[in-house]
Amino acid sequence: MNILVCIKQVPDIEQIKIDTSKNVMLIEGVPTIVNTFDTYALETAVKVKDADPATKVYVVTMGPEKAKEALKSCLSVGADKAYLVSDSVLADSDTLATSYVLGSAVKAIEASEALSFDLILCGKQAVDGDTAQVGSQLAEYLNYPQITSALEIALDGGKVRAKRETEEGNEVMEAALPAVVTITKTAYEPRYASVKTKMAANRAQIPLLTAADLALDTALVGLNGSAAKVVKTFVPERKKGGVKIQEETGELAADKLTALLSNAGVI
Amino acid sequence: MSEYKNFWVFIESQNGEAKNASLELLSPGKKLADAAGEKLVAVVLGSQVEAAVKAAISYGADEVIKVDSAEYADYSTEGYTYALEQLVNKYKPATILIGATGKGRDLAPRLAGRLKTGLVADCTGLDIDASTGTVLWTRPVYGGKSMASIEIPSARPQIGTVRQGVFKRGEPDTGRSADIIGENISIPAGTIRTSVVEKIAEAAEGAVKLEEADVIVSGGRGLGKPENFSLVKDLADVLGGVVGASRAAVDAGWISHVHQVGQTGKTVGPKLYIACGISGAIQHLAGMSGSDVIIAINRDCDAPIFDIADYGIVGDIKEVLPALTEAIKKLKA
Repeated sequence: MNILVCIKQVPDIEQIKIDTSKNVMLIEGVPTIVNTFDTYALETAVKVKDADPATKVYVVTMGPEKAKEALKSCLSVGADKAYLVSDSVLADSDTLATSYVLGSAVKAIEASEALSFDLILCGKQAVDGDTAQVGSQLAEYLNYPQITSALEIALDGGKVRAKRETEEGNEVMEAALPAVVTITKTAYEPRYASVKTKMAANRAQIPLLTAADLALDTALVGLNGSAAKVVKTFVPERKKGGVKIQEETGELAADKLTALLSNAGVI
Repeated sequence: MSEYKNFWVFIESQNGEAKNASLELLSPGKKLADAAGEKLVAVVLGSQVEAAVKAAISYGADEVIKVDSAEYADYSTEGYTYALEQLVNKYKPATILIGATGKGRDLAPRLAGRLKTGLVADCTGLDIDASTGTVLWTRPVYGGKSMASIEIPSARPQIGTVRQGVFKRGEPDTGRSADIIGENISIPAGTIRTSVVEKIAEAAEGAVKLEEADVIVSGGRGLGKPENFSLVKDLADVLGGVVGASRAAVDAGWISHVHQVGQTGKTVGPKLYIACGISGAIQHLAGMSGSDVIIAINRDCDAPIFDIADYGIVGDIKEVLPALTEAIKKLKA
């Protein structure tokens, strides 16, 4: 079994501060992490390897040179080999362009490793962009079936069986392999790296794939090649002047709030 | 590009009934279509969808395209993508709006990938850029800390999923009429490569419709113990609302994930959201900051949830919640 996990290096959004005087986001210098959902996807893959040691887990990311750190972090928690797709022409790609690049990378890695991936896992969405689009669009590019928002997977006789979240509860969905499955928050937590695995990850060679290596049509990548373009970003107006009630007893506070809500026509 | 015209709203249906998440897009869709001088078309895909077609017309569709077949009784990514691809190629809409439901967010990227066009996810604002005539989509990024305005300048159709609850359904006009075009599209054998082998509805909680609720009372780890969710439930009951939860409470095993609000759960936009014992991590705020009125009840007066709350009570959940339930009961009596 060969599994590829697609990951993204993202800023730790919890640590992004807002400069309220200028109403701008202070993103400079914010530490980066492996996208949380991608860590669940990787752990899901490594659990397959735990049960079947013949399984190989590869990781790939598209990003700047610095994204190597994220790949090293994946290597320290169970991934066997990592590839970095990096090229200045890829900056500001939308999800359609990104899935074209990642899909091309899948083909290139398969060729260079002389294997084919049975399963491709992605995090459900990246916590910075929150689009939840790249997994499905990668599946479409590769013409594979997709299962989104999976909580756990099982592999069995050329099929992947995934328990996935729906609005009504859960359902179990099967897809023929090869398939793309996106992983949401799992019941299990990703494992930790040890000093030893971290050192090994630091020594690992991470092959670089450029736009030329992937024979990409540069008219279809980067800002110019993207169908969707960000026109502007802005920090939303913060609500302020909310009423805060602090009373001796819960009863007094509750009565005060009820009166306020009633006067404002909320209830 | 100029051959593409009209605004489509994809009407998601379940058992023949249109979902609110779709119907509420007809009103903003109509405004945009009018501004662009185009028609608003509802596209209904499903099985025995008469009720959904009627609803779409009563909420403002100028025209309906329906594909009504048992083949579409159950949603599948590949089957629905196939049908919509055929319709888009035939009718060439300029814009498609899709409700950002679980199914909508599964379908839209596959469809946009198939059509090689642009997609904007989970929008909270829709406008027409007067200078270009294209749709200006606005959506939260970085967990809601920032907003991005996005355009799809040349690829068509331009597609967006729209967050539930952002736009309110107008009043239905059952006297309206509209042309209904029926299309027969049969899904070729082998198209659908997935199958649902088991559905696990959360029996007692199957009725949790957080996305459609007017009032949500949510509990977090600050409740102290799972039994205290009964206090949350009591308050929700007296307000005619439903129970939500933070990820921390779900992760602790206190309540099922179908109740979860936030980045890993559901995105909601009720008229009233009451957060009980929820500190207000960015992941939670991302799922509920669009609520009309937010009330926070928390022991910690510095909890970030108070920054976005319209009203806050600093106090002990165990005291405040029963008192609040009683006070509202009295008011309503």
